[in-house]
Amino acid sequence: MNGPAPELLRVEDLSVEFGGRLRAVDGVGFTLKAGETLAVVGESGSGKSVTALSLMRLLPERIARYASGRVAFDGKDLLDLSPAEMEKLRGQDIAMIFQEPMTSLNPILTIGFQIMEPLRIHLGLSGAQARARAVELLELVGISDAERRLDQYPHQFSGGMRQRVMIAIGLACDPKLIIADEPTTALDVTIQAQILELMKDLSRRLDIALILITHNLGIVARYADRVAVMYAARIVESGTAEAVFSRPRHPYTMGLLRSVPRLDRARQTRLATIEGLPPDLANAPLGCRFAPRCPFAIDACAEPPHLSETDTGGLSACHRWEEIAAGTIREVPAEPAPARLLAAGGPKEIMRLEKLTKTFEISRGIGRKPGAVRAVQEVSLSVGEGETLGLVGESGCGKSTLGRLILGLEEPTSGTIAFEGKDITAAPPAERRRLRRDIQVIFQDPFSSLNPRMTVGSIVEEPLKVYGLRKGAKARGERVRELLDQVGLRADMAERYPHQLSGGQRQRVGIARALAMEPRFIVCDEAVSALDVSIQGQIINLLERLQAELGLTFLFIAHDLAVVRHISTRVAVMYLGRVMEIADRDAIYAEPLHPYTKVLLDAAPVPDPEVEKMRAPRIVNGDLPSPLSPPSGCVFHTRCPIATEECRQTIPEPREIRPGHFAACIKVEAQP
Amino acid sequence: MTSYIARRLLMMIPTLLGVAILTFFMLRVVPGDVVQVKLMADGGMVSPAAIEAERVRLGLDQSLTVQFLDWMRGIFTLDFGNSMWTGRPVAAEIASRFLVTFQAALMATIIAVFIAVPLGTVSALYRGSALDYIVRVITIGGLALPSFWIGMLVLLCLLRYAHWLPPISYVSPTEDPWGNFTQMIWPSLVVGYRFSAVLARLIRSSLLDVLNEDYIRTARAKGVPARTVIWLHALKNALLPAVTVVGLEFAFLIGGLVVTEQVFNLNGVGKLFIQAVEHHDFTMIQGLVMMFAVIYVLANLIVDLIYAAIDPRIRYR
Repeated sequence: MNGPAPELLRVEDLSVEFGGRLRAVDGVGFTLKAGETLAVVGESGSGKSVTALSLMRLLPERIARYASGRVAFDGKDLLDLSPAEMEKLRGQDIAMIFQEPMTSLNPILTIGFQIMEPLRIHLGLSGAQARARAVELLELVGISDAERRLDQYPHQFSGGMRQRVMIAIGLACDPKLIIADEPTTALDVTIQAQILELMKDLSRRLDIALILITHNLGIVARYADRVAVMYAARIVESGTAEAVFSRPRHPYTMGLLRSVPRLDRARQTRLATIEGLPPDLANAPLGCRFAPRCPFAIDACAEPPHLSETDTGGLSACHRWEEIAAGTIREVPAEPAPARLLAAGGPKEIMRLEKLTKTFEISRGIGRKPGAVRAVQEVSLSVGEGETLGLVGESGCGKSTLGRLILGLEEPTSGTIAFEGKDITAAPPAERRRLRRDIQVIFQDPFSSLNPRMTVGSIVEEPLKVYGLRKGAKARGERVRELLDQVGLRADMAERYPHQLSGGQRQRVGIARALAMEPRFIVCDEAVSALDVSIQGQIINLLERLQAELGLTFLFIAHDLAVVRHISTRVAVMYLGRVMEIADRDAIYAEPLHPYTKVLLDAAPVPDPEVEKMRAPRIVNGDLPSPLSPPSGCVFHTRCPIATEECRQTIPEPREIRPGHFAACIKVEAQP
Repeated sequence: MTSYIARRLLMMIPTLLGVAILTFFMLRVVPGDVVQVKLMADGGMVSPAAIEAERVRLGLDQSLTVQFLDWMRGIFTLDFGNSMWTGRPVAAEIASRFLVTFQAALMATIIAVFIAVPLGTVSALYRGSALDYIVRVITIGGLALPSFWIGMLVLLCLLRYAHWLPPISYVSPTEDPWGNFTQMIWPSLVVGYRFSAVLARLIRSSLLDVLNEDYIRTARAKGVPARTVIWLHALKNALLPAVTVVGLEFAFLIGGLVVTEQVFNLNGVGKLFIQAVEHHDFTMIQGLVMMFAVIYVLANLIVDLIYAAIDPRIRYR
């Protein structure tokens, strides 16, 4: 930072209550200087979004009450302003960008109208003036052909483009502060990088302060000047990004940093986790709220800790920060990773896909030729017994469809799926029923993939009944208890209903249900994506332990490259229905060959400001093409930095560039 | 767009053909025919020969296929045949009564929209308040109380307190606009009230959904005044589903005013329908059913077109 910038925002002792009881934000305070970027990190329910909304006074006033605090912005206390004064301030001095670009724009108003609205309301611009400024704004956020696009509607824009429009709306009246609430969580990683680079660039150029609400520590490390870590409605630690990441002074921050899988590090150990669950805010512990999960909790933690300044210049709400700083209390070293069943080099092949293709026909109306979405195109790969094949790619790349094909939930258009040498697509129904037992699935959404009207016990018991795996209620009950124990749930959970469980517990139920069939192959379709970092680590460790104990083979479908690196033995990268690159985990991350893999890895931020400073991320331009009309030749050529005319014409076959390392790119030279 | 409309109109043909076949043959399943009703209803002695002669005259002695083909041939030249009861052309009989029904349905629809939009909006905006409860009592009343009963109450009240009854025969709006209005407003209000109850409840729930949408939050975050947020951003979206209900309900009213027409003694198509059924007047019933079907299909098309006009996500090619 150069020179002392004036203070723009000071939040003091802000508390927000819902329904008069539940404190969603409890005594939160921070300051922000002009042009500075502050990241507020925390897991779901930590109060970070409520904090953001309360700065704008956007919480529904019928249920939310500002129990205490001051929000001093530019010499005014925002909590004292009348609704009309607040309306004047919103969109003019403070703008906000939300998480869901797909739903944050009004579907029946043109983009132009929505950008011009604040210009007309706040600046009183006439139609023509507002339009000229709107064109300028669209160009500023990198939308070309702005004049024409102003008259289009939100559905004619992709998610990334809509988020650019949101940014343009935010910038319209030259605000002093932009609050971005998870602005890229709903976007693919390459688009995420585009949007965040744009925001960073604009905030620098236009000297706009930024509050970035996120759960992604990588984003914090790449973009934030300062960080505030929230846990259970309170700020537990804050400071400069460098200090918080390299010298955390609160056990929660330390735990968070350790439990995130790292893109840039080979895995040696089990993932460290924060055991337990965040407290229920309706009856939170009286003292330190993290104490029940804290490995260093002592008697003093029954007293609520205050934020005190630490040696790093930041603030920590821990009674023992000095001991942490002195290094007298240390983290328990992580356990070594469980031994894998397979020895390196040549596990027995359990599954082989040959030229697997799935095309979905979509109707375009009466009397019109149907279109075709080529979801999966000529995918060939093999999976060895006991290994974990990670399958990564952005949305629409066909990774989930591939999983569904293997599960028999979709019929392939062409190609074969061989399980233990037998083609299961051609198998007779009885045979397929048996195979269905062997191949099981764990879904992404632990909230909607369990029947809300069945108890946990009956959910896990159902496959036992259907397949007659245990005869008699008593034997089945015993097996259910055994399964619940295996996934780390207490036996009394069997009586509960899914809504009474937390997200992590529900995912454990999903795993127990899959295990009930005694499968050998499990498709994990984004199995940990919906979970918070600390819970995600617990589930990943559980999956790894089960794999070692039961000799399972996983197809691990995910979009989070770091998680895939952690859990997989081999990784396949998909783009628009095709496999771009397959290699051993460490090879693909250390020496990616395909330009798409390189771009993907560059786009994903690493949770370490030091590392991030050294990286010069190549940001790929453009949007994902529609799978309805994929590009000719190499499907990636429209966004590829090294594409030539040849790439437009030839479809590259996957070639073995190095032993066991395949890439589908004509530009990659064979290497010894 | 034009080609879309043309295609939709072409699609009407199989639909209407299906309706024609069903109506024609289902009517023939019903025992008895118009001749029996006409000649033997009052228990008089009519010679079988006379009955037979009448049947021959109306073409009822022909085989079903021949009768059906005859009727179809007529339809394609827009000739719906003559009423078996009065002998006048079906089209003319319907036309002379259509205006009454159409006017009542249109007025009821307008009344319903004018009642339902404010009620639904207020009720959604002040959800859980006393106002919301009052609106909900009103709308539940509209759904629960049969129109004919309210209609009779209205008539009784008019007679008792205003010592006035609407005129018995139809007053044309071109000749006596005020007379026409005082005649038509009461049945329209009665029907409109029930209609508005359906609509207000729909608008209430639709607006509640829309108010929770992310783009409403975006509008507020832009500093758009609360009033504009509701009128421009929320209500326009919330009224989309209401368009469907208004269109289909209007089409329903054209054929569904039967009871109200009886109560208010309006000589509309509903009343004509009842008479036709009583008389086993096959050609008349067939003509009316075909008209209802056409109106339904057209109303559907118009609803879809209005939808496309309001919602840019829907485009027909």
